Order: sequence, then C-alpha cells, then structure tokens
Amino acid sequence: MVDSLVAAASVIGAALAVGFAGIGPGIGQGTAAGQAVEGISRQPEAEGKIRGTLLLSFAFMEALTIYGLVVALSLLFANPFVG
Amino acid sequence: MHTFLLSKIEVGSHLYVNFTESAHLHGETIFVSSVVVALVSLFLVIGTSNLKRVPEGLQNVVEVVYELIKGIAFTQLGPSYYAQFLPFVATVFLFILGSNWAGALIPWKLIEIPHGELAAPTNDINTTACLALLTSVTYFGAGFKIKGLGYFGRYIKPSVFLLPINIIEDFTKPLSLNFRLFGNIVADELTVSVLCSLVPILIPVPIMVLGLFASSIQALIFSTLAAAYIAEVIE
Repeated sequence: MVDSLVAAASVIGAALAVGFAGIGPGIGQGTAAGQAVEGISRQPEAEGKIRGTLLLSFAFMEALTIYGLVVALSLLFANPFVG
Repeated sequence: MHTFLLSKIEVGSHLYVNFTESAHLHGETIFVSSVVVALVSLFLVIGTSNLKRVPEGLQNVVEVVYELIKGIAFTQLGPSYYAQFLPFVATVFLFILGSNWAGALIPWKLIEIPHGELAAPTNDINTTACLALLTSVTYFGAGFKIKGLGYFGRYIKPSVFLLPINIIEDFTKPLSLNFRLFGNIVADELTVSVLCSLVPILIPVPIMVLGLFASSIQALIFSTLAAAYIAEVIE
C-alpha cells in the first residue's frame, strides 16, 4: 500500500512542477510572437521566413514546459518512491 | 506497483516480450515501428518508381518531401557538406513524422493486445533515446571523419573557460532532443485520452488536429537540430 505522505507529496510536487513550468515559456513565447508580428508589419514580404523562425523558436521554448510535464508524469505514473 | 485507475488510462504499461529473465522488448513499440518503416519505405518506393520529367501523382508528393528535407540539410550544413548527411537527416525526419502521424491517424484501438496498447512508437522513451543517441554518434563520427583528431579543438573554442560547458553540452544535447520529442508525444496522447474519457464526442477533435500539427513540427525540429549539431561540429 502506498505511504500516504509519499502519495501526498508526489501529488503536490507534480502539480507544482507543471504549474511553474508554464510561467517562463509562456512569457517567452508571448514576447517572441509580439516581436514576430512587429517584424511582419514592418516588412510583409518576409512573412514566410519570420513564421518559420517563429515556429522553430516556439518548439524550443515549449520543450522547457515539457520537461516540467515529464517530471509530473513520472511522479504520478512511474514514481520510484512508491511500492 | 498497485495502481488505482480512475479512468482506464495507464502510462507505462507495455507488452513485454521476454527473452531471458532480464532482457525484454516492448512488443507493441517494435510492432508499430516495423509497420511505420514498412509504410514509409512503400511510399518512397512507389513514389520513385517510373520517374517522369514532369511529375504526376505520388511523385509530386515525394518531390515536395524531398525539397523540404533538402532545404533543412542545405540551410544548416551548407552546399559542400549537405549531401553526405542528407540520408541521415531524411531518415530521422521521415521516421519521426511517420511514427507520430501513424500513432495519431491509424485506429490502433481496433487491434486488442493483452497488455498495454498500440500507439505511436515515439511515446516510448527508448525510441526517442535511440534517435537522440544516433544523432550524437553521427555528429561525433562526422567530427572525426572530417576533422580527424583536430576534432578535440572544438572543446576549447572560443575560449578555454568554456571547456566544462562544452563537455556538459555533449550530454545535454541528446538529453534535450530525447525529452522534447518524448514529452510532446506523450503529452498529446495523454490529453486526447483524458478528453476522450470525459467527452468522447467532437471535443477531442481540435486537440487531435493540434496534436498532428505539433508532432509534425517536432519532426522538423528534431531533424533541424540534428543537422545543426553536425554543422556545428564541421564548422
């Protein structure tokens, strides 16, 4: 049977991991999108390149949130301290 | 481990194919990977048979895919080196794109297996770890082949103080490639599973479309990064 302290701590840890992991990349992606829109408005014919670079940058920033999600998932489903 | 399943979603249960006591395979990952490899090979073979000067039919699609991959390799590696590494970049791109889309589009739930379920092979961390390690081996090999033993001079450029950072980077590059792909695919599959267990009609569809888009972007990112790491080593 699962120790209740370990279970409670894991749940809180998982929630905090995902919650805090969304803050930084959220701010970063918003800033990047804002600058991209400004770039497009300044030079509409460069839209293809700007969009490509923007999507590439989004994937890098998204990865940081995904790291938090991986920690949360491993705490919930593959917890080394349980059992 | 005793789990209390609230909604019949299990993460990390596989169909174990046991060879000895400790050596086993994840059967469902191997099976779907083989199907993906067969499908991609079939697509390419049929698309490039009977080549015409003015393309038509499947040859059109294959040419678009080739242009895309060649663009990735050309942008990152430059005109003199891209041809050597184009097969590797193309393999990585097509395998990841094929497995992500096969996992999302083909109705695997119709085939019932005794333990675990059939899904995209990239939701198994072993697949993505293998791809990341292959990338690592490739850029090491490229460095040795093209620069010989002068490859080790890369660690002290641009300054000697960056030596520990460069060494750590050798470990974090494959690690980040691995977790980026794995996390994206598992997160997407988990979201769709949870939504389907709550409201099985119509609501999961936008998430599935987003998943298709995001997983194709991940294939692009992985292959672009692989080419960029090789380019960084060749300089």
